[in-house]
Amino acid sequence: MTTPVPGALRAEVARDGETIVFVAPDRLLEAMTWLKETPGQEFDYLVDVTAVEFRDRERPLEVVYFLRSLKRRADMRIKVELDAAGELAVDSVWSLWHGADWLEREVFDMFGITFRGHPDLRRILMWETYAEGYPLRKSFPLRGRFSRAEQVRQALNTNPEANYSLEELAIAEAAGDLPEDMRDRLRRGERGVIPDPPTTV
Amino acid sequence: MKHVAETKEVSGQSPNYLVAKFQDLVNWAVNSSRANSLWPMPFGTACCAIEFMATAASRFDFARFGMERQAFSPRQADVLICAGRLPFKLAPVIRRIYDQMPQPKWVISMGACASTGGVFDNYAMVQGIDTIVPVDVYVPGCPPRPEGLLYGILLLHKKIKGESLFDAVKRRDEQPLDDKGLRLPPETIDEISEPFGNSVHQFRSS
Amino acid sequence: MSKRTVELELATPGVDAQGRAARVPLTAEAGPGLAEEHMLVNIGPQHPATHGVLRLVVELDGETVVRCIPHLGYLHSGFEKLGEYRHYNQIIPLTDRTDYLSPMANNVGFALAAEKLMGIEITPRCTVLRVIACEMSRIISHMVWLGTTSIDLGAFTPFLWAFQERERIYDLQEMWTGARLTTSLTRVGGLMADIPDTFVAKLREFTRTFPKTLAEIDRVLTRNAVWAGRTQGVGTLSAAEAINHSLSGPMLRASGVAYDVRKDKPYLGYETYDFDVIVGEHGDVFDRYLVRLEECHQSNRILQQALDRLPDGPINVDDPRVILPSKTRAMSDMEAMIFHFKQVMEGVKAPVGEAYVGIENPKGELGTYLVSDGTAKPVRWRIRPPSFINLSALPRMAEGHLLSDLIAINASVDIVMGEVDR
Repeated sequence: MTTPVPGALRAEVARDGETIVFVAPDRLLEAMTWLKETPGQEFDYLVDVTAVEFRDRERPLEVVYFLRSLKRRADMRIKVELDAAGELAVDSVWSLWHGADWLEREVFDMFGITFRGHPDLRRILMWETYAEGYPLRKSFPLRGRFSRAEQVRQALNTNPEANYSLEELAIAEAAGDLPEDMRDRLRRGERGVIPDPPTTV
Repeated sequence: MKHVAETKEVSGQSPNYLVAKFQDLVNWAVNSSRANSLWPMPFGTACCAIEFMATAASRFDFARFGMERQAFSPRQADVLICAGRLPFKLAPVIRRIYDQMPQPKWVISMGACASTGGVFDNYAMVQGIDTIVPVDVYVPGCPPRPEGLLYGILLLHKKIKGESLFDAVKRRDEQPLDDKGLRLPPETIDEISEPFGNSVHQFRSS
Repeated sequence: MSKRTVELELATPGVDAQGRAARVPLTAEAGPGLAEEHMLVNIGPQHPATHGVLRLVVELDGETVVRCIPHLGYLHSGFEKLGEYRHYNQIIPLTDRTDYLSPMANNVGFALAAEKLMGIEITPRCTVLRVIACEMSRIISHMVWLGTTSIDLGAFTPFLWAFQERERIYDLQEMWTGARLTTSLTRVGGLMADIPDTFVAKLREFTRTFPKTLAEIDRVLTRNAVWAGRTQGVGTLSAAEAINHSLSGPMLRASGVAYDVRKDKPYLGYETYDFDVIVGEHGDVFDRYLVRLEECHQSNRILQQALDRLPDGPINVDDPRVILPSKTRAMSDMEAMIFHFKQVMEGVKAPVGEAYVGIENPKGELGTYLVSDGTAKPVRWRIRPPSFINLSALPRMAEGHLLSDLIAINASVDIVMGEVDR
């Protein structure tokens, strides 16, 4: 199948009849801008952003974008393939669709994929100092990496002050009251910097 | 609950004496007042919270059982009803709410998820709030019917009426967390959180 | 589409000429110190007005919200991870617990996606019954919304009226599935059970009397000066912003975008039903209230039409690899026993591929994205959560409003934290 999307590697049709276009990671933003702004395409509505990791370890991770054109009543799925062993990073589409804000944060939280250019890439579902890893990766066991007692202990010892971001603490001018190590931890966990993966299994 | 009261016949005097133990009288007065006017702190998280709201609404109406005012501030509450599943992120919150409640306080664990973790045997869910706060009554169900919650409340009433102000064992003191920050020893938490039944395998069919 | 205009005149407008909320400064004098400092206030996660375990950190300038930063994840239950370890029919009970205010609609959404993945076509009776289930779910979800929003804004009585209507639907749900709330209605290829004999008459009775309750609630709230004063002009979002923030459902329609999944990408035969899409004009809280109230009327209409056209026939597709054979046949016929064994022990296998189906949930577009690698457990189960995405517009809507308006705006988003956090 040929497709006019710039940066497209190949195109497929899904079981539900929708067109899937695989785009090269470095040309994603170009392709998305083209899709949103070209007359005749006009994909003005971002339905969803998610990622898929397959059980077959040879297959790459896919970041899936569901686009919709409300005017033309058309849908399209864009996929970006990322090598699981390489750098898990793509450009953020927040500048095109603000709806991508929390959706990309969730993909970061669950898979560890960084979105370059996202204004505030922090964990959204797990707490910010969560140390067990990225839950939806296939290498992450269902019941977590630590024992139940350790999980309870870590959860109960999460300092409530650490649940405010640096931005919020600056409002209350309370950032100066934090101990130095907590400030470092918060600073490391924010603005798209991936915390170190856990060394204990 | 047996309260022994007897009338004594004393010759030459009016037979209208009522003798009872002072402890029993005080316990009866205090426990009845406590039980019949338990103000709940609804710590509602998920689906059980909706059944809790249905129990509060006009068809089932737990105001008949003394829970007239839902105290959304823990400082004014008697019983913490944890209605719904409790993820690890919410664990310090419920502990803090429990600590903020003044004595005497009780905890009802409503639903399967609050009691044992329910269907959610995974990385995110606390396997029963009794690993974090001491629980008095467990109400099973997913979600329990309003009648089930009412039965649990009445069971708590019975428990309260069996307490005693004068007996340290029957009265419950504060149970603070230990120096590691846990309520139970780690082995106990691991033991009660062991997996059972549901599959933890992706590659096997069951 | 008929147009309904509500005209009201308020004596003290809460908005200024630019449509922004009137500011309430902390002190009258200008100068350094308390008047200029912004406050950081934490609302939640345990709070009666946040509709679940939502935490809002607000920066306040006096009473005016300068910035609102929501914190989620307090009900994160690992649904999507759990789905990778369960067969398709074992995931159906999990779908009840994401959006627990409209469980049957979630069941239907997931079943439709699984059936699309497997290429199964359901029977006509099952189609109409699923429409009935979806519209019943819409009514109960909007009733919770109505009840809890009126409590947030100070009116307690509509809560009791709304919950009484919910109890009647709960009776119907219990009659059908055995459970009031966690229904697990659908199975891949059909339903768990057919409706009992008394169901149609009782549902018809409900559709006859339900508009009266709606009229009562309408009479109490719509032209109420307090209600209108607290909701008109509050939390306005333009159509372009709503599209850019990927909103869906009543939030999108109240901002003037006429998009309803039932009309634009019909499923379950919705194109054959006669109903209106309710579209608002201003995109404020009042419009969202009117949209949801009218949607209840439209759901009532659809229910009556569905009951009229309910065909006879089987509810399950006639495929022994997908549907469990009846117990008597499984006990007597060898082939049926083998099918039963394979389905229970190994689960129903889906072909390699993926499918996405979006339905019009009461909250918005609920999407289910399933990716399969040929086994009985999905590789990826993604829930496209309407409440999560609708909530992401909250900071944008709340800027410049008062703190009490923030509560009204939060209520108007109609979130259910089980779906937001999954």
